[in-house]
Amino acid sequence: MTSTLTISQPTEHFRARQAAAAPVAVARNTAPEAGATLRIAGLSKRYQAVQALDDVSLTLLPGMRVALLGHNGAGKSTMMKIILGLIPYDGGTIEVCGEAPGSAGARAQVAYLPENAAFHPALTGQEQIRHYLALRGEDPKQALELLERVGLGHAARRRIGTYSKGMRQRVGLAQTLIGKPRLLVLDEPTSGLDPVSRRDFYALLDQLAAEGASILLSSHALTEVEARTDRILILSGGRLVAQGTLPELRHEAALPVAMHVTPAPGQTRALAEAIPEAGIGNDGLLHLTCQQSEKLALLARISALGGRVADLDVIPPSLEDIYSHFSRRDGQ
Amino acid sequence: MIAPVLATAATEYRIALRNRWVLIATLLMLLFSLVLAAAGAAPTGDVGVDRLSITVASLTSLAVYLVPLLALLMSFDAIAGETERGTLPLLLTYPVSRLQILLGKLVAHLGVLTLAVALGYGAAALAAFLFDSSAMEGLPALWRLLWSSALLGATFLGAGYALSSLSRRPSGAAGLAIGLWLGLVVLYDLGLLAMIVSDGGGQFTTEFLPVALLANPADAFRLFNLTASEAAAAAGGVGGAAGSIPLWQSLTSVALWPLLALALAWAAFRKVTP
Repeated sequence: MTSTLTISQPTEHFRARQAAAAPVAVARNTAPEAGATLRIAGLSKRYQAVQALDDVSLTLLPGMRVALLGHNGAGKSTMMKIILGLIPYDGGTIEVCGEAPGSAGARAQVAYLPENAAFHPALTGQEQIRHYLALRGEDPKQALELLERVGLGHAARRRIGTYSKGMRQRVGLAQTLIGKPRLLVLDEPTSGLDPVSRRDFYALLDQLAAEGASILLSSHALTEVEARTDRILILSGGRLVAQGTLPELRHEAALPVAMHVTPAPGQTRALAEAIPEAGIGNDGLLHLTCQQSEKLALLARISALGGRVADLDVIPPSLEDIYSHFSRRDGQ
Repeated sequence: MIAPVLATAATEYRIALRNRWVLIATLLMLLFSLVLAAAGAAPTGDVGVDRLSITVASLTSLAVYLVPLLALLMSFDAIAGETERGTLPLLLTYPVSRLQILLGKLVAHLGVLTLAVALGYGAAALAAFLFDSSAMEGLPALWRLLWSSALLGATFLGAGYALSSLSRRPSGAAGLAIGLWLGLVVLYDLGLLAMIVSDGGGQFTTEFLPVALLANPADAFRLFNLTASEAAAAAGGVGGAAGSIPLWQSLTSVALWPLLALALAWAAFRKVTP
């Protein structure tokens, strides 16, 4: 396949096709697997009138980097808090590193980064990390080294009250590195970080995953998640509507592929006649979409037009398209 | 597991130092103690006891008001503040039990309070020594006042943690704490006095009053110190009316209340969902 990948926004035409896509069965991971760091089966949680989580099942293995996606109120934070043992759940089973969530054994092996990490403003970064180290039974002397790992060595002796949001977020990251956690639960870990810090952060995660830690992170930054995680979970209205690798989800969603054809000078009209299903955009390009299965045939047809075509972009559905496809299906 | 308790205590002590709580508590206790010592030095009538014993009697009345107030001021923010700052969820994912967290805070706050009280009482005692060479006789009473003040402080710290857990916001917790202080330390005694007056030495005064006094940690503290130093008659008021309560009963109340308050705080903290 010879295609140029460019980043696209879904067009109106695109969205209309999307709505007609057939529903896809949600893959479930219920088979017991040895050494799983997290095993959830049939989990449900109700807040009065709201069903926050409904029959959620998933398994995390060591070294897996999993992204949890979902709009606000989809149940991401609820699920994380249940995994951490902070709030009770109503039904189903959950096992964290082979222990009950929130038990001393589970807490010793799980690290958490809350959304908008907050700390006591009167403490310095170093004092705060020393405290967390002591609580985990580690040597407090590692504090400076941990802060240097997240690029905060220079501010270690300043009070957290003077830190920016991104710096506080990095204190939060530093405390997740304490000990050797087997499972990291990160709620919006990159919010407030600049692009360089984000890259460093994902490099840290890769390192942790390579050492065998499982990582469950929620994010709104879909492009980052696309490049930096192995599996994607999509929550919508408390239900896990999709899970799998990006190619799997792309296949399941069966979203149309978009093509932009740039005509050779003066050939626009002739080209439009040759490809009647394409529309001419304001930019002078011809836009068309097709199903995955028709893609190669269409490419052959276009390349057969020879000199009348100056350029051709093939744009596969982005993670954003796939995400909105799955999270919309559930009556959103 | 004592390590998490000590780690929490060290951090809380540092925070108390940064928040100027150590300074405020110490200055307050010093100021009031010295004022009392100066006031105690003025009357020259012969009461037949050394000057330090008189100072201890005055300090007891001071401690009944000031120690609970300081303890509540230091503790009302302990849990509600963590909830509001958003630091509680993360803390609760650490391998630390809620009891350990409470104990760590208690150790730090009680340390600050005891330090302030000891410095205040010490200054007052020093003043008594300057004016009266026989003041040594009052030292046991001073020592008794010091450790019973620490127990009184622990009781109200525990009560403060309980209120802090029950209330979702620090402002709410502060309101509850002031209410508790007013109720137990000020209004409780006024109510009892009113009932004694209207009862005129009847059944209420003989049967209900001792129980009512022992049930209130502040009154039990006052009773214990005044009974132990046989100064109840001099103190008058509610203390005088209850001179018949044996020492072991008020001592039991003083010793049990901190445990009870801590149990209450623990029960309330366990119900907090971050």
